[in-house]
Amino acid sequence: MTPATIEASRVGSEARGPESALAVDAHGLVKSFGDQRAVDGIDLSVRRGEVFGVLGPNGAGKTTTLKMLATLLPIDAGEAAILGVDVRREPHVVRQLLGVTGQYASVDELLTATENLVLFARLQGIGRAEAKRKAGTLLEQFDLTEAAAKPIKHFSGGMRRRLDLAASLITRPPIIFLDEPTTGLDPRTRGQMWETIRELVREGSTVLLTTQYLDEADQLADRIQVIDHGRTVALGTPDELKSTIGGSSLQVQLNEAGDLDRASSIVTRLLDEQAVPSPEDRRLTVALKRSDQAVDVLLALREAGVGIESVAVAKPSLDEVFLALTGHDTHEDQTEEEETIR
Amino acid sequence: MTTIDVTPDLSTVPRHVSLADTVQQTMTMAWRATLKMRRNLEQSFDVVIQPLLFTAMFAGIFGGAVAGSVSDYLPLLIPGLVAQSVLTACIATGTQLREDMDKGVFDRFKVLPISRVAPLAGPMVADMLRYLIAGTLTFATGVAIGYRPGGRVLGVTMAIVLGVLAGWSLAWIFTWFGTIGSSAQAVQGYSIMVMFPLTFLSNAFVPADTMPGWLEAFTKVNPVSHVVTALRDLANTGSVTAEVGWALAGCLAVIAIFAPLAVRAFNRKM
Repeated sequence: MTPATIEASRVGSEARGPESALAVDAHGLVKSFGDQRAVDGIDLSVRRGEVFGVLGPNGAGKTTTLKMLATLLPIDAGEAAILGVDVRREPHVVRQLLGVTGQYASVDELLTATENLVLFARLQGIGRAEAKRKAGTLLEQFDLTEAAAKPIKHFSGGMRRRLDLAASLITRPPIIFLDEPTTGLDPRTRGQMWETIRELVREGSTVLLTTQYLDEADQLADRIQVIDHGRTVALGTPDELKSTIGGSSLQVQLNEAGDLDRASSIVTRLLDEQAVPSPEDRRLTVALKRSDQAVDVLLALREAGVGIESVAVAKPSLDEVFLALTGHDTHEDQTEEEETIR
Repeated sequence: MTTIDVTPDLSTVPRHVSLADTVQQTMTMAWRATLKMRRNLEQSFDVVIQPLLFTAMFAGIFGGAVAGSVSDYLPLLIPGLVAQSVLTACIATGTQLREDMDKGVFDRFKVLPISRVAPLAGPMVADMLRYLIAGTLTFATGVAIGYRPGGRVLGVTMAIVLGVLAGWSLAWIFTWFGTIGSSAQAVQGYSIMVMFPLTFLSNAFVPADTMPGWLEAFTKVNPVSHVVTALRDLANTGSVTAEVGWALAGCLAVIAIFAPLAVRAFNRKM
């Protein structure tokens, strides 16, 4: 934008939210598609400088919520503000505060990586020379220099995502929305993406990300909001969330089925926690608050002379989180792919 | 790397897109469209092949029947074909817009703080290049098979300019289809249904006074007829007649009706 337009459109700060406004502040968001309520009264408050994760299965309403906040979908009911600016009343201002990276790379397939970045930079009022310079810097930063002159259609999924993210950062927006940034990526590329996101946070960005992976939210987010069927089911730090659903679980398979009762009572005495026996495969499942409790349990069993055939420690999966929080697992929802409501 | 200011001064953020920014964004979108044309040359076959093929074909088929000989028919036919080839090129303007809107990159255009009209207007500006190719090649093919325009270089140049302007104006009809059609195929369907009556129910290929009364009446109000007559006046005599004025007025009328429709339908999807 030219200085002239900035000057001409200068408005009193009283028209905007206070300096202390939340990065994202939404109340009672609702969005219906036909008679299905995709988002059914969601509140969201993201503080400045934090990474906020919205966790939920396919069809939970994550993408729809994000799209409403990003001015991509009209809000049916409720209020939303970005840095105190009302999303419905001032979409143009909101768009200047956001960088959005979608679930599907929103870059131009026929253009090269450089052309894409120059295009988005030019559209945002950056001069030709400066746009080229910025494109070069971003490509270097996102490790895409080698592919700079190749049309995107020849890019791998991971490269597209990185370019997409680079395109969101041209104007250094203070708030970045990432919609399932690693869905469909292989583990190595996923790790690279996580590193990039952490880098953004170190630079001071506020990040709102959606994910269907508990470990992703755990790795990246300061706070997590779990949603399902368009409603919030839990909100807290990763540790708080994990403690409500229990942490990992220890599974011990015994040599003798006859030892199960004795082993159970040892565990109850040690951890003040009821162990779940499954006599058919001589297995005992113990919920752990901390992983090192597994060692205590095993040592106690050894001292008591209980023979152990095999041992496994399992982390809770998203399925288990959902089972614990909602009483149903994630697979029930898989037919309502979010894609159908794009 | 620099640290991002997480508390931007919101009072300096523009609240609206200025006209100057809208023009600059439209030209950037036009640049993108020309890049895509260069990458996908197949999509330009229509404006290259059709003038060559149709000019030779129509001259051979209708020349004797309509005007007694091919050479007598060419001054009537070539300007008519210019209008037809430009109009055919307009169909792609609508279908390509529809295809473009389905692509992921449109999500980014939507979320960028840019004019809501630039993604629509940009390709329309770039497509003027296609109309220019179609018009120029039609005249060139005509000259190659014996057409000698009385308006000389200046008259033909003016005719081509009018052809491009008419193409851009009529393209708003097809652009509107592009914004309301459910798929590129649907848009193509609507467009052909409109393109054929507009070109054939005009004086583009035969003198309108040979048609039944009601048809003749339609050709008289069809803006394509006025464009064709104006193209003939410019190319064959080099004179800027009242018909040129009528043609431009017809184009303005098309813009006045279809541009608001297209922009409104497009904004609803942006």
